[in-house]
Amino acid sequence: MKAFLILEDGTVFTGTSIGSTREIISEIVFNTSMTGYLEVLTDPSYAGQAVVMTYPLIGNYGICHEDMESARPWPDGYIVRELSRLPSNFRSEDTIQNFLAEYDIPGICGIDTRALTKILREKGTMNGMITTNENYQIEEILPKLKEYATGKVVEKVTCAEKSVLPGDGPKVALLDLGAKRNIARSLNQRGCQVTIYPAATPAEEIIAAKPDGIMLSNGPGDPKDCGNIIQEIRKLYETDIPIFAICLGHQLMALATGADTHKMKYGHRGGNHPVKDLKTGRVYISSQNHGYVVDTDKLDPAVAVPAFVNVNDGTNEGLAYTGKNIFTVQFHPEACPGPRDSGYLFDRFMQMMEVEKHA
Amino acid sequence: MPKNPDIKKVLVIGSGPIVIGQAAEFDYAGTQACRSLKEEGIEVVLLNSNPATIMTDKDIADKVYIEPLTVEVVEQLIIKEKPDSVLPTLGGQAGLNLAMELEDRGFLKEQGVRLIGTTSETIKKAEDRLEFKSTMEKIGEPVAPSLVVENVEDGAVFANKIGYPVVLRPAYTLGGSGGGIAHNHEELVEILENGLRLSRVGQVLVERCIAGWKEIEYEVMRDSAGNVITVCNMENIDPVGVHTGDSIVVAPSQTLGDKEYQMLRTSALNIISELKITGGCNVQFALHPTSFEYCVIEVNPRVSRSSALASKATGYPIAKVAAKIALGYTLDEIKNAITGKTYASFEPMLDYCVVKIPRLPFDKFISAKRTLTTQMKATGEVMSICDNFEGALMKAIRSLEQHVDCLQSYDFSDLDDKALYKQLGVVDDRRIWVIAEALRRGFPYEKIHEITRIDIWFIDKLAILVEMENALKTRELTTDLLREAKRIEFPDNVIARLTGKTEDEIKKMRYDNGIVAAYKMVDTCAAEFAAETPYYYSVFGSENEAVETRDRKKVLVLGSGPIRIGQGIEFDFCSVHCTWAFAKEGYETIIINNNPETVSTDFDIADKLYFEPLTPEDVESVVNIEKPDGAVVQFGGQTAIKLTEALMKMGVPILGTSAENVDAAEDRELFDEILAKCQIPRPAGHTVFTAEEAKKAANELGYPVLVRPSYVLGGQGMQIAINDEDIDEFIGIINRIAQEHPILVDKYLVGKEIEVDAVCDGEDILIPGIMEHIERAGIHSGDSISIYPAQSISQSAQDTIVEYTKRLAKSLHVIGLINIQFIVCGDDVYVIEVNPRSSRTVPYISKVTGIPIVPLATRVILGHKLREMGYPVGLAPKSEYIAIKMPVFSFEKIRGADVSLGPEMKSTGECLGIARTFNEALYKAFLGAGIKLPKHKNMIITVRDEDKEEIVDIARRFEKLGYRIFATRGTAKALQAAGVNAVRTNKIEQPSPNLLDLILGHEIDLVIDTPPQGVEHSRDGFLIRRTAIETGVNVLTALDTSRALATSLEDTSIQNLTLVDIATVKNI
Repeated sequence: MKAFLILEDGTVFTGTSIGSTREIISEIVFNTSMTGYLEVLTDPSYAGQAVVMTYPLIGNYGICHEDMESARPWPDGYIVRELSRLPSNFRSEDTIQNFLAEYDIPGICGIDTRALTKILREKGTMNGMITTNENYQIEEILPKLKEYATGKVVEKVTCAEKSVLPGDGPKVALLDLGAKRNIARSLNQRGCQVTIYPAATPAEEIIAAKPDGIMLSNGPGDPKDCGNIIQEIRKLYETDIPIFAICLGHQLMALATGADTHKMKYGHRGGNHPVKDLKTGRVYISSQNHGYVVDTDKLDPAVAVPAFVNVNDGTNEGLAYTGKNIFTVQFHPEACPGPRDSGYLFDRFMQMMEVEKHA
Repeated sequence: MPKNPDIKKVLVIGSGPIVIGQAAEFDYAGTQACRSLKEEGIEVVLLNSNPATIMTDKDIADKVYIEPLTVEVVEQLIIKEKPDSVLPTLGGQAGLNLAMELEDRGFLKEQGVRLIGTTSETIKKAEDRLEFKSTMEKIGEPVAPSLVVENVEDGAVFANKIGYPVVLRPAYTLGGSGGGIAHNHEELVEILENGLRLSRVGQVLVERCIAGWKEIEYEVMRDSAGNVITVCNMENIDPVGVHTGDSIVVAPSQTLGDKEYQMLRTSALNIISELKITGGCNVQFALHPTSFEYCVIEVNPRVSRSSALASKATGYPIAKVAAKIALGYTLDEIKNAITGKTYASFEPMLDYCVVKIPRLPFDKFISAKRTLTTQMKATGEVMSICDNFEGALMKAIRSLEQHVDCLQSYDFSDLDDKALYKQLGVVDDRRIWVIAEALRRGFPYEKIHEITRIDIWFIDKLAILVEMENALKTRELTTDLLREAKRIEFPDNVIARLTGKTEDEIKKMRYDNGIVAAYKMVDTCAAEFAAETPYYYSVFGSENEAVETRDRKKVLVLGSGPIRIGQGIEFDFCSVHCTWAFAKEGYETIIINNNPETVSTDFDIADKLYFEPLTPEDVESVVNIEKPDGAVVQFGGQTAIKLTEALMKMGVPILGTSAENVDAAEDRELFDEILAKCQIPRPAGHTVFTAEEAKKAANELGYPVLVRPSYVLGGQGMQIAINDEDIDEFIGIINRIAQEHPILVDKYLVGKEIEVDAVCDGEDILIPGIMEHIERAGIHSGDSISIYPAQSISQSAQDTIVEYTKRLAKSLHVIGLINIQFIVCGDDVYVIEVNPRSSRTVPYISKVTGIPIVPLATRVILGHKLREMGYPVGLAPKSEYIAIKMPVFSFEKIRGADVSLGPEMKSTGECLGIARTFNEALYKAFLGAGIKLPKHKNMIITVRDEDKEEIVDIARRFEKLGYRIFATRGTAKALQAAGVNAVRTNKIEQPSPNLLDLILGHEIDLVIDTPPQGVEHSRDGFLIRRTAIETGVNVLTALDTSRALATSLEDTSIQNLTLVDIATVKNI
């Protein structure tokens, strides 16, 4: 069946429908990872967005359910150049075609994803519609596209209730803003007992549990849409509990402490972004998925100073909080998908908790 | 960290002659590195014995030494030039080995010279089997159970312990020389003995066989601050067991999930960090196909063939960045030259798929085994880029120029199912065609996978291509079907063949429906950032990105495709210089080529690079977009020449010598007319089409005759026939290759072979020099030792040569280059071949005379006159140096190839000897070719009857040099009768000790064996020569070469070589 991708600027791509034939409107973003399509699909940070994969051959190694980063795929839509008709990998359990259909996710394949990516790069991230309706009326659709906003998506993706991953080591409270599984796994593998809290959990409840450390996870949407959560995070900031935050968690901590964020032209989504640790000068290749960034020019050095910077565009990639046991990063040390080079940050968090415990 | 200010003058060591396993990729890497160093204000001293390279140009380095790559030469050069640093990681294994020897001897320390790029400890850790293994164990990286052995007994004991089959890998050899898989004790003994001898340190690794696992490679980089990145990963379609240089390779990996991809990536980065490499490194892994188990196979702590491929596949200039890192820069300080926005500290992301296919030389070595093993056999490779795998594979296939254009090109349809199953188990260069046939018969994927161990994903992709063949054959050709066929890159001619239509009909249908190629950019970043470098590949069914440019005049330069015997790196040299010369004249330059190893396909050589097959259709698609003002074909070898007619049909003017005149030189009748008009004699000959006609012609001319197809490369299919039987045999061989052109039968003349290259502007000619071959006519010019200036021909003959060149250039209306080969018998001069284009000798003669003939020819093509450019006309004055070009062979790599020289070219590369005296030049040339004598002072002589008289003098000279001569009965008798003390030895079939035992006893320096004229009928001589080659013994098959070798050895005054900076050679 034919499918169409209609962009806010009026561009129409014609391709073939994959997955569900449902019509959707969403924010269109591109990801440049060459592997890890399942991890991308199941990353809750994509809630409210439709993802374009720039690598043209998707589905080559099928679906291996244990690689899922959450319980289900989150993007509203999926846009690819070509889906492999026969996946091949010893762990493959299903095809991506079936997977999308199972979760009712619509998509389009067979379009010039490079041309689409160039439009998004030049004009910035924009909204779009995926439809199988051949009689679409562009004049009617365009205003609808302009209206669309991702909204309060954290609520959609966070866990319904608290859960615990047992461990003998430090107790970590993980605030699930749309957490990828590998964050909890990375901590758990290091021995931590990880308690995962829903995003709306009051700060008091977390503090009362006396965790050795708090982990603020990644998550979807505009950080400024998370007003209530920011307030709670401010309270966490006031404690002496060591805090490590990733991506949305990093942005929320910045907003909670008086800094600002802004939307980037087309964001960073992929597994090849160089980030420089300003303390050591070392550069690490990181996995990234964000469309908003912390403004460093409005940063109060008495509160926080940049700890990491993106080598390509100079945007902020991490903060160290002055006089606090808090550090936050914009990129994803938990990888999955992408390079594991910054996984050492979990060790740094472990040390922080260790030091604090003995303080 | 910024640049280290202590580094001011760097010695760069190149890789020497092109041999199998070490080809043009090092010219590409070296050239890029030298330019990168010069950009930083570093004075570059270059040492490389290969004159055909671009890196040995005076434009590339400040001081250029084309001298033998030996420890003595490097030491002498360091003393002379006093560099403060040596960069050894760009010259392949040869450069690395040299640097290691210098370090081991303490010479570098003594001279206060440092190794930059990578330290000797690192090189040792990566290259020494034991150290490597213990390093890997230390950081927990798995390696296959293995043991380094120094004798056969230990190897056998260990192999019994870990179980057969076992892999054997000699330490410190090129392209896996001497390695292999042993399935039993007998094979182990055979391969191990050989490997121990070939290893520089007498060590061979015996290892658990992981054949059949996935072979995955990572190209990684590290700077001195410890920053690490991955440039590219690649998956070999042929699983472990086939050398990666002989495998079909795809980038990025296709069948690895993120978990596997990142696991191996992390491992590669751990390894490069532990080894403390500063620069580029290649890590090869074997990945178990049904688990996460993996082994590190090998680490190359230097740029390599794979890094050249990775650079071209991603747009990331590894060698350039490695050179900057060697100077002290860190990755985040080096700009990404493709985007101009990002830095070298990032990982390229591809939004396309790259396929590499090796170019194997089995068309040249008909007797050789086609089997692919862990010993590399390919002479070159092609790469293609597309947005789907099927398309990339189809493009790569037709880039090979081996009469293949689709999966039907090798026909296995006559095999029955049982035979086809058996054929699937044969690992050779035709395997994907065998699989295609199996798929046509409906063999299950699982079964094919079980036999070949090739991943099902790739088998399914081949099936998609087979399904398309079938659809085109059986279904009506709708526009949708055509669109889909083009998306997966079926060329028009194949579609025409399958649908029963004509190629023109297909083309028309395409154009009528807007089904045309579009071009996408290789930008390192999957379109995330705007890129500045126009490096394009074609796709169908997408938006075109190629930027239209109309501001300057445009020229299309056609490259020479994959490196093969007969068409090597020299044509890349010519294409690149032509491109630069056009740019200097204000032209916008466009290159089309498909060879990832070369300088011409570097993204900053031409204004635009199209990485595409060199077929008429692919070229036409580029022409439709670019609409060039003209095309030059005379610099890209036969590959480019063959496109002349097609270009003219497209309406693209051919710049320089016109197509009719190119034809005139190739068409026997036209050419005879021109010779007659110019009053130039040629050996009598006839043009024939059948064996009967050929025999008639031969008998009329009188044997021996030269038989060859017209329109050939490097003498392909050319033979000397001495009787009717030979003719029958040759014509049979010639007709095996598709033959649209007639066959030539010429009288074979014995005389001096002379060669000239000349620039002609339509009125005047400039001959930079006359070259003389040491071997008499009958040995292909590319395999002959060539001397400049000619030493033994009379002034009158020289004058005649100049006069004939002038006449020929004029009557063929040559504008640009012409290459002519002559036979000189006394004062008589005959023309044997004329090529109105650039030739193999162009780089060599340019360098040794100091006359830049490619730029001159380019300017002439643009209408300039030689006189106005300030060059003399006629024969240029002789240089003060004598320069000798020595062919270099790769026989030890090709099992079963006959090493005897003849009219068919067999050498893979060349080296130069340059000096003020003939003897020193000759000595250097032999030294550069790796012939280092004496060791044991024992030699074997066995010659055919007609040489028995002539050999006496040569043998006597070797005897005088202190050689003990062993000879077979006939030769021994002839030598003894002439008073030469020869030891008679048993022939092979006679009881031991016989000739073979002598060779295998490792005490022989040299074998002189002249095979009987014509086709080799005796297995004996063949066996002697093969055994000698595989045992590392020098073999000479021509008396002239043997005499020259004696001459070079006799001059004992050559103790200290005089090193010549070629950048200072001038004679005008």
